[in-house]
Amino acid sequence: MVTPSLHTGSRALLKKIGNFTLSGYAILFFLFLYVPIIILIVFSFNDSKSVFVWQGFTLKWYARVFQDARLLLALRNTLIISVASTVISTIFGTMISVAMERWDFRLKLPFDALLFLPIVIPDISMGVMLLAFFGLIGMAQGLGTVVIAHVAFNISFVAVIVRARMASLDPRLEEAAQDLGANEWQTFWRVIFPLLLPGIMGGALTAFTLSMDDYVITFFTSGNESLLSLYIYSLVKTGVKPNINALSSLMILVSMGLVLLSLILQRKGGGDNVGLM
Amino acid sequence: MADVFAVELIGISKLFGKFVAVDNINLRIKDGEFYSLLGPSGCGKTTTLRMIAGFEVPTRGDLRIFGKSMGDTPPFKRPVNTVFQSYALFPHMTIGENVAFGLQMQKVPKKEITQRVGEALERVRLADYANHKPKQLSGGQQQRVALARALVNRPEVLLLDEPLGALDLKLRKAMQLELKQMQQDVGITFVYVTHDQEEALTMSDRIAVMRAGHVYQEGTPVEIYEKPRTRYVADFIGETNFLEGTVKSIDGNRVTVEIDGAVAVAATAEADVPVTVGQAVTVAIRPEKISLLPGDTEKGYPGRLVELVYIGTDTRYRVQLTDNASVIVREQNIVPTGERKFHTGDAVQIHWSPASATILAE
Ligand SMILES: Nc1ncnc2c1ncn2[C@@H]1O[C@H](COP(=O)(O)OP(=O)(O)O)[C@@H](O)[C@H]1O
Ligand SMILES: [Mg+2]
Repeated sequence: MVTPSLHTGSRALLKKIGNFTLSGYAILFFLFLYVPIIILIVFSFNDSKSVFVWQGFTLKWYARVFQDARLLLALRNTLIISVASTVISTIFGTMISVAMERWDFRLKLPFDALLFLPIVIPDISMGVMLLAFFGLIGMAQGLGTVVIAHVAFNISFVAVIVRARMASLDPRLEEAAQDLGANEWQTFWRVIFPLLLPGIMGGALTAFTLSMDDYVITFFTSGNESLLSLYIYSLVKTGVKPNINALSSLMILVSMGLVLLSLILQRKGGGDNVGLM
Repeated sequence: MADVFAVELIGISKLFGKFVAVDNINLRIKDGEFYSLLGPSGCGKTTTLRMIAGFEVPTRGDLRIFGKSMGDTPPFKRPVNTVFQSYALFPHMTIGENVAFGLQMQKVPKKEITQRVGEALERVRLADYANHKPKQLSGGQQQRVALARALVNRPEVLLLDEPLGALDLKLRKAMQLELKQMQQDVGITFVYVTHDQEEALTMSDRIAVMRAGHVYQEGTPVEIYEKPRTRYVADFIGETNFLEGTVKSIDGNRVTVEIDGAVAVAATAEADVPVTVGQAVTVAIRPEKISLLPGDTEKGYPGRLVELVYIGTDTRYRVQLTDNASVIVREQNIVPTGERKFHTGDAVQIHWSPASATILAE
């Protein structure tokens, strides 16, 4: 109270320094994150075999990507797997989330822990595990086994994301729906589902991305199938060529498009519900 | 038909684990009645309402709606609708969609839905807001949407859980009258939960005063206010003087109670409050039922004015009756500005009609 001006003065200064440092960090962070991406995209248009010297603009690497039959096959397979595992894991992950949040059962805690497991155990262990499992039940490796493997880890991610959303849902809304004559099924589709949609979209997007670029688990479960992440890795083994830059740039474009799409859908679906997920 | 009640709770108890939230309560709510559950926070009002709505299943007892035992009938099959404390409007639907929801669930034809939703919104004066989302509305407006959403279904019983709790005082007063008016218009039984005694007195046909899972007293606002049976009820509702004493004589329901062995005052014992001579009792009397008279008056009990507080509409006096007992007296300030009749230190007489002083059961 005695020297308020001094106090507020020095506090303001501290705040300024703090802001400055913080924004410095933020800038560094973004540089660290985005400079490699920018370099990647820029050099995908570079008219040179060398990745590091700029020689002029070209689209030939992109053309080459679409002429590569093996790559197109890998892309097709990967899309099949990603879409299938995303759809399956989103449906089951959502069902699990709703059940876990709304019903009390005796084994809830162990089940909860079990659900987290695929997120925390190393990919390599999961890969070996699944490989052994498929061997044991005599299931031939192929797209089917990869889809099952991807569903196995994606369910957990979807469930965690959707549950966060579910936990923030006011249970009174469901009671209000039932009070107004809606049975459980109607309550889910008319009230719970629309309010969860942003979370479900977030979960699906995460699942799709994780599935698209998973390498380790895919490697263990795919047998001889040609898949995008495996194919890119095989290309890189013989040195980074600009067509890989082009392919990677395309993948970045697609994932950014997906993020944008999900944001737009979230705005539309739940304009009154803030939060990305 | 006279003995079919809208809602009947027979020996209803609700336990959460070992905790007894509602303890063996019996209520009979008549058709078309405005019935309030009144009590402090945590006394089990919401739990009772939720059992009627079907969100909680009673641990013991029988709950009937229009004579039909509810058992574990789910909420969506009960002829009741609820106005939630937090309104619980669907945030992803417009006001119109919110109000239409119940009718859609009942598969009412589209044309009729449009018409009834329009009428319901008209009734709560929100017809222009049909296309707004709930968060675009003020608290008072949301409250009215919640009301419209429930009433549009023409339920046989409407349950309201502190529906005005979130509104500011002025709006609350206005809504109290509006709600009461609406209830009389539609003729639906209202079961109304509140912790606000004034609200309960203003709106209700009958009130159940609750505490710690028990119903302490049930009756009309006049009965509850004028004839409280227990110290708890007398204290919870309005202001009351309590005088401890011993019964000196009994004449019918007229009882004379000696306070501090010094003053003998007149009181009334209700038929269900048995008293015997020599018994220690508490007499309850409201401050506004006592009149203050000059010290040389013949009738009344002598005392000394020890405190005088002017509070606008009223003046509040404290009169020392005996060494240990004093009473609060309230008088309306009818005379404009006027001179004070009394001053602190004055010898005064206080007087009340025996019917105004009640012997408490406990
Ligand atoms: N689902 C529940 N689980 C455990 N205790 C509860 C539950 N619901 C209510 N209670 C307890 O029961 C008591 C009565 O609650 P409630 O009916 O909400 O009171 P009121 O509406 O009168 O404030 C409180 O002590 C509360 O903590
Ligand atoms: Mg309550």
